[in-house]
Amino acid sequence: MDLLERFAAGDLEAFESLFRQYQGEVYRWIMRIVRNSATAEDLTVETFWRMYRARAQFDPTKGTCGPWLRRIATNAALDHLRRSRREIPLPDDLPATVKQPPAEQLELRREILGALDKLSPPLRAVILLAFVEEESYKNIAQALGISENAVRVRVFRGVRVLRKSLSQAGVHA
Amino acid sequence: MNQPELDDLKKLLKDSLHPVGGDKLQRDLWPTMLRRLDQPAFHVPWWDWTLLAAATALLLFFPGMIPALLYHL
Repeated sequence: MDLLERFAAGDLEAFESLFRQYQGEVYRWIMRIVRNSATAEDLTVETFWRMYRARAQFDPTKGTCGPWLRRIATNAALDHLRRSRREIPLPDDLPATVKQPPAEQLELRREILGALDKLSPPLRAVILLAFVEEESYKNIAQALGISENAVRVRVFRGVRVLRKSLSQAGVHA
Repeated sequence: MNQPELDDLKKLLKDSLHPVGGDKLQRDLWPTMLRRLDQPAFHVPWWDWTLLAAATALLLFFPGMIPALLYHL
């Protein structure tokens, strides 16, 4: 019996092997959406917890659990964004790369974070993944379980809301 | 929106929020995962039990409230 079959049958050692194989990849994907390392760690564990609970639904004949895991990770990250939307704004703990006067740079970043915070979680995730992380529409579509056209529509809608918010804040992109 | 405008917005976002996709996981999460697996699957917070006990006691002592409660449900 191979690793995936053993995992689907509830073998904890097989689950540990998959966990060790994929934890870094899952963490990096979630990090792209939530942009906070502590939250990304918590959500990585949550992702594997959901995976373990749903093991009976997994089809080991697919040969890999990567795409399934990424989809679970995306849902866990979106659930987190929905829960925390009114409580915690998008974290601003990352160094910027632009060479501008610090005050101006900080103000600009604050406006951009504020504008991103006004987007719904699915739109925010798509904008961050497509524009900041430069993920392909194909990857984003697979992770969200939607078509590439649906990703394009979300990008369009996200950009429209983002531009409006930035324009109201006096930032012109 | 045309492509140059889209590119400007993309640049603005990238300049302000650097990509984090390359950030590496700093520690092994398996011990945390094991603790999570050991937790009971469904946990009801103690205050929910308190609320349920209070509601049950209230209905036992004042059964006349039941029709009013059903009416408002």
